[in-house]
Amino acid sequence: MSEAATGATAEHAEEHAHPSDWEYVKIAIVLGLITSVEVFTYFESVLDWGSFLIPSLMVMMVVKFWLVARMFMHLKADKPILSQLFMMGLVMATAVYVIALLAFDFF
Amino acid sequence: MSTATASADTHTEHDPHATNTGISNTKLAMWLFLGTECLLFGGLISTYLLYKTRGNGKTLPTDIFDIPFTSVSSFVLLMSSLTMVLALSAINRGDIERTRGWLLTTAMLGGVFIGGQVYEFTSFVREGVGFTTNPASSAFFTLTGFHGVHVSLGILMLMSLVVASVQGRLKPQNAETVEIVGLYWHFVDIVWIFIFTVIYLIPAE
Repeated sequence: MSEAATGATAEHAEEHAHPSDWEYVKIAIVLGLITSVEVFTYFESVLDWGSFLIPSLMVMMVVKFWLVARMFMHLKADKPILSQLFMMGLVMATAVYVIALLAFDFF
Repeated sequence: MSTATASADTHTEHDPHATNTGISNTKLAMWLFLGTECLLFGGLISTYLLYKTRGNGKTLPTDIFDIPFTSVSSFVLLMSSLTMVLALSAINRGDIERTRGWLLTTAMLGGVFIGGQVYEFTSFVREGVGFTTNPASSAFFTLTGFHGVHVSLGILMLMSLVVASVQGRLKPQNAETVEIVGLYWHFVDIVWIFIFTVIYLIPAE
């Protein structure tokens, strides 16, 4: 088999190398734990997060978003064009609505 | 005829659905659709953020949020993403029985989430916060209602796959159909991850 063909086969195999069921369960456990911490922030009597509250919640939200998109939606293993398509919509939406919110003095 | 043309003919014969990108058109279309959905939900979330404190002297949705209850609903929807991905994993292995089981579990978890949303909406109305009570409630019901409609459509898609599997029409060759429905389902989950944090958990001013 030629070197190019071997490379193409390896690339193809890598693209379709999805996690095992147990790995999916582990990801779900991580997602569940992050959600628990998020809910924990609601009970201020337990721990006062102060000015760290909103940044912490945003970071946890992004991590959950990233885990679902990369692992459950297989963006990590699929062709980059799919990530680019999705990111295009996401970035465009974020830009448009941040500008709109700025225009209405939301921040 | 050149060797290249002959090779191309052979390739076409083997894979009549081959595309330039190497990705099927339906999968590409679903990702493009999900990209546009970001714009739809972005608009609804921004509208809620702008109106969330406009109560016109009446009760705001933020005053009556039941965070522990919504947290359980969020957890249920999050776990439905796990069962969805396990359904895809099962069909990729050719295990149709297990695929059907996971698809049904996903649909049921989605049903539990919708049940929770109906309960939340009902309790809001009982507390005097309806769709037209104030701009904040209108924006809240529109946003969460649109998300609920998306979840309901997802349940219909899942149930159609379950019915197809019972009728023997869902075969391992149809794994991509399950994957595409799964993409939609995970997106609905992702949107809720955003809504749960931005709308429910971040305190109103």
